[in-house]
Amino acid sequence: MASHFFETKPDAARKRVLPPTLLLIPALAVFLVMSVPFLYLGYRAISAGNDIWPLIFRERTMTLLWNTIRLAASVSLTATLLAVPFAWLTVRTDLPCRRALNVIIPLPLVIPSYAGAIALIGALGPRGLLQEKLERFGAWFALSLFTFPYIYLSVRSALQGLDPSLEDASRSLGKGPFHTFIESTLPQLRPAIGSGVLLVALYTVSDFGVVTLMRYESFVRGIYTQYRASFDRSLAAALGLILVGLAITLVVGESRIRRQASFYRTGSGSSRQPAIARLGRWRWLAFTWCLLVSCLSLGLPTAMFCYWLASGTSAGRDLGGLPIAIWNSLTVGVLAAICALLAALPIALLAVRHRSSMSTFLERSSYLGFGLPGIVIALAFVFVGARYATPFYQTLPFLVLAMVVRFLPHGVGAATSSLLQISPRLEEASRTLGQSSLATITRITAPLARPGIIAGAILVFLGSMKELPIVLLLAPTEFNTLATETWSATESGGFGRAAAPALLIILLSAIPTLLLDRQRKVSAIEIPGT
Amino acid sequence: MPNENSRFNQELSRRRVAQLATAGAATAVFATSTIAGAQNATPNATPVGGSLTLYCGRSEDLVAALVPDIEAATGITLDVRYGSTGELAAQILEEGDNSPAGLYFGQDAGSLGALAREGRLAELPDSVLDLVEERFRSPDGLWVGLSGRARVLVYNPENVDVATLPASILDLPSADVGGDIGWAPTNASFQSFVTALRVTEGEDAAREWLEAMIAIEPVTFDGNGPVLEAVGTGELAVGIVNHYYLYQARKETPDIAAENYFFPDGDIGSMINVAGVGILANSGQEDQALAVTQYLLGEEAQTFFAEETSEYPLAAGVDAIPELTPLADIETLEIDLSDLDDLEGTITLLTDLGLI
Repeated sequence: MASHFFETKPDAARKRVLPPTLLLIPALAVFLVMSVPFLYLGYRAISAGNDIWPLIFRERTMTLLWNTIRLAASVSLTATLLAVPFAWLTVRTDLPCRRALNVIIPLPLVIPSYAGAIALIGALGPRGLLQEKLERFGAWFALSLFTFPYIYLSVRSALQGLDPSLEDASRSLGKGPFHTFIESTLPQLRPAIGSGVLLVALYTVSDFGVVTLMRYESFVRGIYTQYRASFDRSLAAALGLILVGLAITLVVGESRIRRQASFYRTGSGSSRQPAIARLGRWRWLAFTWCLLVSCLSLGLPTAMFCYWLASGTSAGRDLGGLPIAIWNSLTVGVLAAICALLAALPIALLAVRHRSSMSTFLERSSYLGFGLPGIVIALAFVFVGARYATPFYQTLPFLVLAMVVRFLPHGVGAATSSLLQISPRLEEASRTLGQSSLATITRITAPLARPGIIAGAILVFLGSMKELPIVLLLAPTEFNTLATETWSATESGGFGRAAAPALLIILLSAIPTLLLDRQRKVSAIEIPGT
Repeated sequence: MPNENSRFNQELSRRRVAQLATAGAATAVFATSTIAGAQNATPNATPVGGSLTLYCGRSEDLVAALVPDIEAATGITLDVRYGSTGELAAQILEEGDNSPAGLYFGQDAGSLGALAREGRLAELPDSVLDLVEERFRSPDGLWVGLSGRARVLVYNPENVDVATLPASILDLPSADVGGDIGWAPTNASFQSFVTALRVTEGEDAAREWLEAMIAIEPVTFDGNGPVLEAVGTGELAVGIVNHYYLYQARKETPDIAAENYFFPDGDIGSMINVAGVGILANSGQEDQALAVTQYLLGEEAQTFFAEETSEYPLAAGVDAIPELTPLADIETLEIDLSDLDDLEGTITLLTDLGLI
């Protein structure tokens, strides 16, 4: 049975489970749309002619690039070191209150990282005093704290789907829980860690809010400077292409990790409950650690916003627009989540069940949009929309389209990793029993992949709730969301005014995150019965 | 190179001002053909009707309060898209001929200059341009300033004797102000000031001033608001900011320990930048855009700017709030405000010095 754990090539028979053209057409359509930002950057950079190359390859650019690489590396490492132990502790140990922690630990994802950074700066005291320390470590600290849940969610979901038989074997050989984790579990988690790290790294290289607030000189700030200060779109585009190059490097690097093995259970569709490790005297120490990190990443920003809300209400901002902003935010978030899901499925199915260089290319390139700052994607769709899709420009569908391009990797990543955990043997069995391809997908694949796929949709929802530049440029005119309300409040002064919409973003985003946990429990009950 | 061009333009700006009388005449002829019905337009025109999309780089809190009045006075339905000044300008440039925008309201002359240079703006009729002093509008008649903001030195009167403050910002590095100095090099207004410094005093002098400032170790902030706050708490003795932050802060904290110091005699330390509007060419909404521009230059809107934002009103004979040094007493710099879009050199200088 162990031979199926590390399968390197798909069986020839499996390729016939579904005719790839059925998947290929929608997948290529999605690819076309997600290429828009890259075509735009290429067009803008080329139209500038040869004059810009010396401006690009100057020392300053290289310094910024190096800064960004350093930041991405340190944030990825820190986030991994936070996330993997958390995932193991909440899924596989007798950690106190682990169900509650399971809900709390991913919640920092709902905090817009720029808002979190504002809260950190506000909470950690007068700017003049902490300035130097924040300058050196602030961006790393804030980004690690607010992005580690990407890795946590991916690793947690992998741990829950992991067949415990290898671990059982390890323990039967007399290994303790720690060694079992390091030697048996961790290698199987590598793809999950890899896909989480990829999201964290892409988020870090494309982030603008945190690096600006923490005054870290990153590459994206260089791009913004071109747009804001010199209105030089060509130079900005050329710099954007360098960022694309960095994103490609990250994406290719991650596929190296993933290519080494595919991971799914053999035999049956159900996994037995894995043994729960007893932490003994480490129990409460581990609990305290989880609580401490959650307090910093979730408690502190929430408390600061509550404080600002309480102290700032006298400053009086008309809250009358908030119900509409809530409705608009939810509409965009839900539509983007559903559309991203639909767009992700053909790509993920192709990549997992019909692996070829083409399908891998499609799957990998869907990640690139996440490595670009929102403003670049927004301007690309402004360019294309105003010129070639005038009737749709600045309409809700067009806004959702741009959102899907930006957050597609959440959908593709979640769908891919869930599908990887479903043995194709199950689908083959279904086909053998006379079910059609479609019936196999709806009755076998979809229910098994559902928790993971819904988790991906929720990540798209969270991203859309927080997204600012794309909404500002592409939403229908006078279409306010909670993110734009937060932004316009900070523009005109006081955090007090920004507190209400910012808290609402956190609150509304927390609800589906809680549902995610419930969803998982339901499916955990259903699966053993299949 | 656009860079060289704008520097060249800046050198020409003195001459350009002198030539403005002739240029103005040419503008008038051209403008009547660009904007239909412009010759009939007067500041209190009869309702125009129709609708107008406004791309607004100023804050929603401020502008939203004006919208109902504008709509009532002009009969125009306003659709306002809010965003940051720079990004909305970039958006208009990327939208090209199909831009839905009819009017652009920018927070600084630099972004208006960028739109003007790429041919996105229609020429304004003299009837509108003449409402505002020459120094606060485009020399080519492509945009007009609505309100002005001065650079000032804000000081804490409990720790600083105003008599010890230098007469010129150029002498600030060598002056003993009795405490720390705060500044915000990432702030757009600060960068406009550095650009102006480079244009008027030369590249070398600008660099020397910045280096002298760095040598006295000013405290760096990421916005004017926090600088003012730190002056108020006594953490800083003085800070380099825009003038209106103080009056905004006083609305929430009336007894804040801070006062504005205007550098006298037209010193560059108290230069004036403007927020203004430009009408987009060929938008099909030119009449509406013109009517709204006229309303914004009228008494009601100008009074609103003076009172709500504590900025300098630029038209309709409205006075600034009494705390401010009157506009007439602030001498003009010999520069074309729209050339302040030459930020590239400023950014290079500031990054070179490790400030941003």
